[in-house]
Amino acid sequence: MRRSIPFAALAVSAALVLTACGGSAGSGEEETPEATESAPAADGGTITVWVDETRQAAVEEAAAVFEEETGATVELVLKNFEDIRTDFLAQVPTGEGPDITVGAHDWLGELTANGVVAPIEIGDMAGEFEPVSIEAFTQDGQVYGLPYAVENIALIRNTALAPEAPASWDDAVAAGTAAGTQFPLLIQVSEEGDPYTMYPLQTSFGAGVFEQNDDGTYAPELALGGEPGNAFAGWLAEQGAAGVLDTAVTYDIAVAAFAAGDSPFIIGGPWMIESFPGLDLAIDPIPSAGGEPARPFVGVAGFYLSAQSENAILANDFLVNYMSTEEAQLALYEAGNRPPALTAAADVASEDPVTDGFRAVGADAFPMPSIPEMASVWEFWGVTEAGIISGSLEPTAGWEKMVTDIQGALDAA
Amino acid sequence: MSSQLTTQRVEPEPAESPRTSHARTWSAGFLAKLALLAVVDAFGVYVVLAAWNERSFGILWSMVALLAAANYVYFSKRALALKYILPGLAFLLVFQIYVVFYTGYVAFTNYGDGHNSTKEQAVEALLVQNERRVEGSESFPLVVVSDGGELGFAIVDADGDVEAGTADRPLAGVDDASVDDGVITAVPGFELVDRQGVLERQDEVTALRVPVSDDAEDGSIRTTDARTGYVYESVLVYDEAADTMTDTTTGVVYAPNDDGQFEAEDGSTLAVGWRVVVGFDNFVTAFGDARYAQPFVAILLWTFAFAILSVLTTFLLGLFLAITFNEDRLRGRRIYRTLMILPYALPPFLAALIWSGLLNRRFGFINEVLLGGAEIPWLTDPTLAKLAILGVNLWLGFPYMFLICTGALQAIPGDVLEAAQIDGAGRVRTWRSVVLPLLLVATAPLLISSFAFNFNNFTLVYMLTGGGPRFADASVPLGHTDILITMVYSISGIDGNAPRNYGLASALSIVIFVIVGTISAIAFRRTRSLEDIN
Repeated sequence: MRRSIPFAALAVSAALVLTACGGSAGSGEEETPEATESAPAADGGTITVWVDETRQAAVEEAAAVFEEETGATVELVLKNFEDIRTDFLAQVPTGEGPDITVGAHDWLGELTANGVVAPIEIGDMAGEFEPVSIEAFTQDGQVYGLPYAVENIALIRNTALAPEAPASWDDAVAAGTAAGTQFPLLIQVSEEGDPYTMYPLQTSFGAGVFEQNDDGTYAPELALGGEPGNAFAGWLAEQGAAGVLDTAVTYDIAVAAFAAGDSPFIIGGPWMIESFPGLDLAIDPIPSAGGEPARPFVGVAGFYLSAQSENAILANDFLVNYMSTEEAQLALYEAGNRPPALTAAADVASEDPVTDGFRAVGADAFPMPSIPEMASVWEFWGVTEAGIISGSLEPTAGWEKMVTDIQGALDAA
Repeated sequence: MSSQLTTQRVEPEPAESPRTSHARTWSAGFLAKLALLAVVDAFGVYVVLAAWNERSFGILWSMVALLAAANYVYFSKRALALKYILPGLAFLLVFQIYVVFYTGYVAFTNYGDGHNSTKEQAVEALLVQNERRVEGSESFPLVVVSDGGELGFAIVDADGDVEAGTADRPLAGVDDASVDDGVITAVPGFELVDRQGVLERQDEVTALRVPVSDDAEDGSIRTTDARTGYVYESVLVYDEAADTMTDTTTGVVYAPNDDGQFEAEDGSTLAVGWRVVVGFDNFVTAFGDARYAQPFVAILLWTFAFAILSVLTTFLLGLFLAITFNEDRLRGRRIYRTLMILPYALPPFLAALIWSGLLNRRFGFINEVLLGGAEIPWLTDPTLAKLAILGVNLWLGFPYMFLICTGALQAIPGDVLEAAQIDGAGRVRTWRSVVLPLLLVATAPLLISSFAFNFNNFTLVYMLTGGGPRFADASVPLGHTDILITMVYSISGIDGNAPRNYGLASALSIVIFVIVGTISAIAFRRTRSLEDIN
């Protein structure tokens, strides 16, 4: 008899595992209907919101106001930001996703193509947001997300090492060399390349990524190639040969070196700032390498509404009437340090010169393309840049092959 | 030892003996079993109820079946063997069979970007995406009302008058309605639905369209937050009977095609598609896409080379160390052995990440400190990158081999070696004819499983080189150190660098499974000949 006890225990754990399976398959939404059904009198409904760690506290704050005024419950589920897009795509069709999730605007094309997001109606409030933030979340005339932050890269300058903003790339390299630090200028390249960070330098040669329509939206036609693209590729090879750009410099190395005062300049975004305590920083426009203005990508962070939400009214109410307030947007600003999307909140945040600096650079930036075709571009793009910088690829031939390969991937998809 | 076990197992066989069954006595053990099964049943019932709530009938019926089986097995005296097997079977069912069948199913569908959900949801998404707010139209303060259970909207129009209507009755002015500070507080002929009521019928409220007038061209009022209404008009209309979508602005009719999309006669399709079974299409793509054919051969060869060399190098080093530290004359063997196992204690993905930092061309510890600033491209030169992967895997893997070899060596009975000595065999001869065969009998199955593991050693490749450096001549983002599993990861788009294609990924993983399975089966068959030595 005694022998069967461990086996019974095993059976319990087997059942636990099954429950866990049932639970994971049904969690999230599972609790929602139960909550509304069991205590309808005291309860104003429940919505589930996916957030990442940086934004958790800020959303919690806005949710508290919402809960107090409407009697609803907001359940926050903490997720890794990198996992959200995939999980959202996979779980919404099964009815198990959240009602609302945080996300980036450049997911939009993919999310709408898969039918997992619903448009939101922000009505006349659209005018109260930074125009680029609403444009970024707009597709076919419909707004699909409530923006809360605008982010872009700029030139971060250590004023102790370089008192003045450089006018051009060559100025920056000269000033950096004159400063006598280990690196004249820091820019993360890494072995796989970093086309996002290199983009402003590419645009300064007049080469974009996709053709832009008159209204600023992107058409699925590549704009990487041609004369401007080849000029940029040639410049990459020169800088790589001169040692200014180096594939051994990764994000971590670049940030650590700048924090240690090894260079007066680094090209990066507001997310780097907290790694530089004690440095006196100024934010400047990115110096142009090819003669035209160096315009980075601007990314907009916002909240998406699930197309399968069973609590659409509550979720819309929360987004449109609570997350769009100045307090909520400022709380998100404090948490993430990116300029808010709501103009009134952005004006308050701009009292900080660093935020103001990034905002000024962003005013001139291009929104990151959100068309689904963008997914096929990154990997070819980065590796080619890295190859040209390290000298393993011949610049013109390498760049042209990249354009052909991306076109091939687009045609195959 | 083994013979003792056998006799014990045989013992309960005369089950028809007059001994009372375990299941029938009220011993302490029986009560314990009863309590544990009660807990199991309670969990089972909870899962069944949760599944019922979710309408997940697959989970529900499997759980009911499992529960019935568990109760029968543990209370019946006829199911003795199953008492031991059932927990394992349950695990097998959940973790293996289900996953295998689901992967198999997905491999025959076009599940991926643009074909993410069911047709029903795709239709719903298309309709919602193609419903536009009438340009320049106003927003109206709105309340939800009901007329004998039928929901409707009441709005305050531009002139400040109240209008109300339902899905069948277009908006019409209502006299004597009261408005307090822009909020409607009473509408004669209708009941106001309070917030609680709205929340209970959210789906109905968001789906409700109240026509502005008898003319459908004028659009209809809808709301997303039950506080404000807007005038919308639909661009796409779904005809359920004909199963077609019609674009009201152009008049183009879209009908579903075999790929799970709505297609017009000119071949243009609507954006959102759904999952359909596509037969062997994914397998055809896996082998038929010209862009993949050439890198596929290189990657297949490297995968075999990587897996075989990894097993070989780690085994040889582990064996060598095991023999060395098995020598009685060596002092401090325990300390050495503990140190040897250290790499085994680190999580492999962390170790691979650290190594990729150590091997950085310019700032890595190995180049900068050990080699005095030699900028050796460990991870970016095709040959060196392969060597680096094998080297790091050797570092990661030899402790395991060291452990199993030490165990196997110590398990070889001393009398066998003594007998060899008496027979006049020298050290080398003893080693070759006695120790090595006995060692291989014990370790061969582990070597095969190690081969299977390294064949799919995703973590190491992904964390150390990311598959790079890239093939300079290929038109797809694959590299010299990519193995089959990282290739699947890359071309299926799960890493976010290509449009996702779960169907293709599943098809490719089935191909990999067939390769690994075949090799393992052959290898296991061959190891049987080793066992004849016993």
